[in-house]
Amino acid sequence: MPELVITVARFGFLILLWIFVFTVVGVIRRDLFAGARSGRLVAAPRGVGASTQQQAAKPAKAKRGRAAHQLVVTAGQLAGTRITLGEAQITIGRAEDSTLVITDDYASARHARLVPRDGQWFVEDLGSTNGTYLDRAKVTGPTPVPLGVPIRIGRTSLELRP
Amino acid sequence: MARSRRNAELSLLALAMVLVAAYGAIVEANLLDTVTRDFWMPAAALGLVFFGMHLVIRWLAPFADPALLPAVALLNGIGVGFLRRLDLGKAAPADRETLAIFAGTGGRQLAWTLAAVILAAGLLVVMRDHRAVSRYAYTLGLAGIVLVMIPAVLPGRFSEINGAKLWIRVGGFSIQPGEFAKLALLVFFAYYLVRKREVLSLASRRVLGIDFPRGRDLGPVVGVWLISLLVLVFEKDLGTSLLYFGMFVVTLYIATERVSWLLIGLVLFFGGAYLAYVLGGTVGGPFANFYTRAEIWLDPFAEPYDRGYQLVQGLLGLGSGGLFGSGPGAGEPLEIPEVQNDFIFAGIGEEIGLFGLTALLVVYLLVVERGLRAGLAVRDSFGKLVAGGLAFTLGLQVFVIVGGISKLIPLTGQTTPFLSAGGSSLMANWLLIAVLLRISDAARRPVAQGGGPAARPGGGPPEQLHGAPTEVIRP
Repeated sequence: MPELVITVARFGFLILLWIFVFTVVGVIRRDLFAGARSGRLVAAPRGVGASTQQQAAKPAKAKRGRAAHQLVVTAGQLAGTRITLGEAQITIGRAEDSTLVITDDYASARHARLVPRDGQWFVEDLGSTNGTYLDRAKVTGPTPVPLGVPIRIGRTSLELRP
Repeated sequence: MARSRRNAELSLLALAMVLVAAYGAIVEANLLDTVTRDFWMPAAALGLVFFGMHLVIRWLAPFADPALLPAVALLNGIGVGFLRRLDLGKAAPADRETLAIFAGTGGRQLAWTLAAVILAAGLLVVMRDHRAVSRYAYTLGLAGIVLVMIPAVLPGRFSEINGAKLWIRVGGFSIQPGEFAKLALLVFFAYYLVRKREVLSLASRRVLGIDFPRGRDLGPVVGVWLISLLVLVFEKDLGTSLLYFGMFVVTLYIATERVSWLLIGLVLFFGGAYLAYVLGGTVGGPFANFYTRAEIWLDPFAEPYDRGYQLVQGLLGLGSGGLFGSGPGAGEPLEIPEVQNDFIFAGIGEEIGLFGLTALLVVYLLVVERGLRAGLAVRDSFGKLVAGGLAFTLGLQVFVIVGGISKLIPLTGQTTPFLSAGGSSLMANWLLIAVLLRISDAARRPVAQGGGPAARPGGGPPEQLHGAPTEVIRP
């Protein structure tokens, strides 16, 4: 084998090796920037249920600066549903005219509502039978809802997301 | 987002196999001065079985990470190619051209690879949902302990190779049960910590500003860890015990989200290592082995023809490789003792140089990154712990062995995942990849199709294992 061929092959191999690496990185890149998921490896320990953990442990630090733009159902039969928030209030209940109609055995016809006030959303229980919970505290009057803290209605959980 | 990206995986796999074939061709050009017509056979055999694995993934885990399989396939292929290169180097020049593809260490490694990949595919078939594994967590934990203990209990002649009692040897056949125990123990840790994490992080006692959990909550895990550690003292293998310890600390950290665990772990580890060093110097006994290794590490050139021989040869190999290496097949890797096992990275490094080694390290890094990514994205805590723990363990293992041969840390006997000769290590690591593939499939699967095959038909809420899906929504 001529020396030249071997030298070319040698360096060609190294270059090809790096081409492989960069191709893999390219494939991964699309993943990295496609869609922001819950960016934590740590399976947060606090709290009991579904996504309580997110910011529930430290509601004081619940990202005050960012406004809520979406209401997301994180648990229950409607899990995965999201509603883009506007200026209008959102009613939740089994009644057909609710903004979010939940078919939850433990929900009342007009269960709760979410009301915006100066960019802050408040949750208000509408005299439901089984109550509305913000994280684990029962909602008695209009209560400000921080981002990421679950509102629980029966078996359904909702969260505000930026 | 819902794209499964299997075609990307296939083309990456093809590229990886081209690389493996090219490696084989250059080896032959250097060693035989000609390229035989069969140079592509090992690459083709590997390509075939990896393609089979790809089809299984397409069928059973269509949303699995597209980068994992090709990256691991490349490492595995280069490993087989290098071992075959060692066989060629050892063979008499006249026999070189006719070396059969399943002959020698390289051939055996090729056969092991086929078996390991089939095993991994089998695991994908059997394990349709990673959460199902948690049902067997206690069984697996017990199996892990038993697997670790067998070699320690067996008489030395059945279990000892090169001073480390890590093996079960029956006839001409030897397996390293510790490699499999690693997976089993991790599943157990993950399951246990998921069950207990609320208690672990809520019921704690504050000592010196750090929260310690109550002893009884940690009992079983510390027990498992102590047993495996004690056994490893008797088996005289520091690397594996370091691996278990790291695995344990990181799983604990992922589960409880307390940085204090990492600090405690590091302090314990460095304290223990220093203590072992001092004890080894004064008392000897079970610590003498570690003391010797530390001495070699501190000054390998003190006895370059004696105790430090292996490390010195490895360093010289890496050094003479320089930036771009001597070219596959043109180095002298056979000068390094155990180059097919622990020192494979030094042997490969001499021939592909720093430039090539870095590429291989980046490939490892990408595999680990994909594993952690799967852990990030998966929606149940058990999966998070398993994926995070497995990916970290793989990374730690690479760090321990590559750090050892490059004299960054004291050398501890560890196999280099996917490269080193050895069926146990290959099989265990391929099983690990199968688990990561399964978890990444669950993580990337669109929610509309349910949280996995276990999702109930009536559109009911996804099954909540241990009540902790951290996210059900998908952009």
